[in-house]
Amino acid sequence: MQDAKPGIDIQHGTDGVRVVLRGAWTAASMTSWRGSREVLRLLAGAPADARWDLLSLHDFDHLGALVLWEHWRREWPPTVEADEDQRTLLDRVAAHSLNLPPVVHRTWRQRVDSFGLQVIAATHQVRDFVTLVGQLLLDVLRLIGSPRWGPWRDFTGHLYSIGAQALPITALVGFLIGVVLAYLMSQVLRQFGAETYVVNILGLALIRELGPLLAAVLVAGRSGSAITAQIGVMRVTEELDAMRVLGVPAGFRLVLPRAMALAICMPLIAVWTTLAALLGGMMAADLTLGISPAYFYEAMPRVVRVANLWLALAKSVVFGVSIALIGCHFGLRVKPNTVSLGQGTTASVVAAITSVILIDALFAVVFKRVGLI
Amino acid sequence: MSTARHRDPQASDASDDAWRLPAPGQPIIQVRDLWSAFPVPGGGQVVVHKDLNLTVVRGEVITLVGGSGTGKTVLLRQMLGLNRPYKGSVQVLGRPVGELSGRGAGARVGMLFQQGALFSAFSVLDNIAFPLRETRVVPDPLVREAALLKLQMVGLKTSDAHKMPAELSGGMIKRVALARALIMDPPLLMLDEPTAGLDPDSSDTFVALLRSLHEELGLTVVMVTHDLDTLFELSNRVAVLAEQRIIIADTVEKVIAYPHPFIHDFFLGERGQRAMELLRERRRETPAPVNEG
Repeated sequence: MQDAKPGIDIQHGTDGVRVVLRGAWTAASMTSWRGSREVLRLLAGAPADARWDLLSLHDFDHLGALVLWEHWRREWPPTVEADEDQRTLLDRVAAHSLNLPPVVHRTWRQRVDSFGLQVIAATHQVRDFVTLVGQLLLDVLRLIGSPRWGPWRDFTGHLYSIGAQALPITALVGFLIGVVLAYLMSQVLRQFGAETYVVNILGLALIRELGPLLAAVLVAGRSGSAITAQIGVMRVTEELDAMRVLGVPAGFRLVLPRAMALAICMPLIAVWTTLAALLGGMMAADLTLGISPAYFYEAMPRVVRVANLWLALAKSVVFGVSIALIGCHFGLRVKPNTVSLGQGTTASVVAAITSVILIDALFAVVFKRVGLI
Repeated sequence: MSTARHRDPQASDASDDAWRLPAPGQPIIQVRDLWSAFPVPGGGQVVVHKDLNLTVVRGEVITLVGGSGTGKTVLLRQMLGLNRPYKGSVQVLGRPVGELSGRGAGARVGMLFQQGALFSAFSVLDNIAFPLRETRVVPDPLVREAALLKLQMVGLKTSDAHKMPAELSGGMIKRVALARALIMDPPLLMLDEPTAGLDPDSSDTFVALLRSLHEELGLTVVMVTHDLDTLFELSNRVAVLAEQRIIIADTVEKVIAYPHPFIHDFFLGERGQRAMELLRERRRETPAPVNEG
C-alpha cells in the first residue's frame, strides 16, 4: 500500500509532450515518503495541456486526483488516458467546490458590541459569585436546621482527599522553606551578633504569615483545580443537569461539603505546614548558628504571642472557604466542551491564589495591632 | 461493488514489512483464538472473549451484534489495536494489529467513534484536515482542499467549515467524524454505533450516506450496531457475539435461521419482525446484494 512511491515521466516526443504517471498517487504513498514534494516539483514542470497517461498508475485516490486537478487548473486537459475508476475520482473532485468560504471578520460595531458583552459577562460573574456565597450561607443554615440530612459522606471524602492527602507535600515544602529562611537569616544576624533573634523572626514570620500562606497557596493549586475540574466534568457529562432535574440542589450537595471540608482542613494544614517549617528552621539554626532546639523550644512561647496563632487559624478558615467557593464558581461556569474546562481550571487556580494573597494582605492591615510587640 | 481505488495491489513490489491490501474477497482482518481479559477491581479478571475467531474479507460490510457486555466494542478496539490481546492474535492488512497505529495509520484504517470524538478545540475543517496535516508532508492549501472535498462528500456544506464542534448537531458531528476518518482514503472503516443518538430521519440519511460511500470507495466496513434497520440496510454479513466467541458469522438470512436464544430475541422480537418486513419489501423491489464473504 505504501511502498509504491509516486512517480512521473515527462516524455518529449514528436507529437508534443506526454506525461506518464507511475506508482501510487495516494494519500498513503504521498504522506509516507518525503519525496512527495519532489514529485510535486516535477509535476510543476509538466504542461497542463500535455497528453496525460494515467494508465500506468497502479493506485490512485482522492488526494492524488486533487493534486492532478489543481495542476490542471481545475479543468480537463485535451487528452487524458485514464480508466473509468480514475475518471470517476477526478469527476468527483471536479464536482465539488474547492474554495473555502472566507472567515467573516468582525466589523468595528461588532467589536464594540463584543466589548460591551464582555463587561456584562464580568458583572454576571460577580453576581453569580455573590449568589454562590448567599446560597452557601442558606445551605449552612439548612444544615444547622437538620444536621442529619447533611452531605456527610461527601464531606468526609473531601476531608480525606483535600486534607489528609495534602500532608506530605505541604510538610516537604514547609520544611524546605524553613531551612532556607533560617540559613539566610543566620548569615545576616551573625554580622550583628544577634543570632538568638532568629527565633523571634522565624517564629513570627512562619506562624503568623508564611505557614498559613504557603499552605493556602499549595491547597489552592492542588484542590482548587481539582474542585473546578470535578464540577466542570459534571457539566460536560450533563451530571449537573441531571441533578437539577432530579431536584437535588447542586449548592447543597456539591458546594457545601467542599466548603466545609476546606474550612476545617485549611487551618489544620496551616498548623502542620508551620510546624514542618519551624522544624526545618530549627535544624538549620542548630547547624549554622549553634542554637540548640532546646533553646528554640524554650524561647518560642516568650517571643511569639499566642494571638498570632489564633490569627493564623482564623485567616486559614477564610482562605479555605474562598478557595472552595472560587473552585466551585469556575466549575459551575464551565461550558460543555474541553477547552472551556481547561480555561476554567486555569482561571480557578489563578483566582484562588490571588484571592488568598489579597485576603492575607487584608488581614495584615486590619490586625496590625494584634500579636505584635 | 465497484472499487475505485487500489486496483492492482499485487503489482506493488511489496517488501516483507509492508502493509498489504488483499484482493477483493480475500481476508483483510484475521482474528485468531483471541482472548480479551480485564482486571476487576479487587483482584481477579473478567474474560470477555475466549478463543474468538473472525475473518473479515475485503469489500464486505460486516456487523457485530451481541447482548450488552458481550464485548462488541472491545472486539472493535482489538481490531484497531486500542486494546491488547490477552492471548491470540489479530492481523490487519497482513500485519499484527499492534503496528497499526504508527505513522500513516489514517491511510490504513478509519474509525468513527460513537460520540464522534471530534477535537473540540478545532473547527470542522481543521478536524477533518488533522490527520493529513499532521503528516507535515502535504502543502497546506492541498490539505485544506482535500478536507473540503471530504466535507462535501459526507453531505456537509462548505459554509459549515468554520463551525466549532460545539455548534454542531448530533448528525453533523457524525458526518464530520466520518469525513475525518476518510481523509486519507483508508481501505478499512470501523463504525461504533453509527446511528446511535440520531433521530430516525438523520439516521436514515446517514445510513444512505454510508451505503453510497461504501459502494463508491470500495470500503471494507466493520460495524457495531444495535439498530436493526441499519443492520439490514448495510450488512453483507452479521457476526453474532455470544458465549465469549463468535457463534455464527454469515448472511442475515442464515443468521436468523440459527437456533440461539439471543438471535431469537434480537431478530424475531417485535422490533425485529417490523424491520424484517421492511427488508423483505425492499428485497422484492431490488435484487439481493451479492455476498462476497
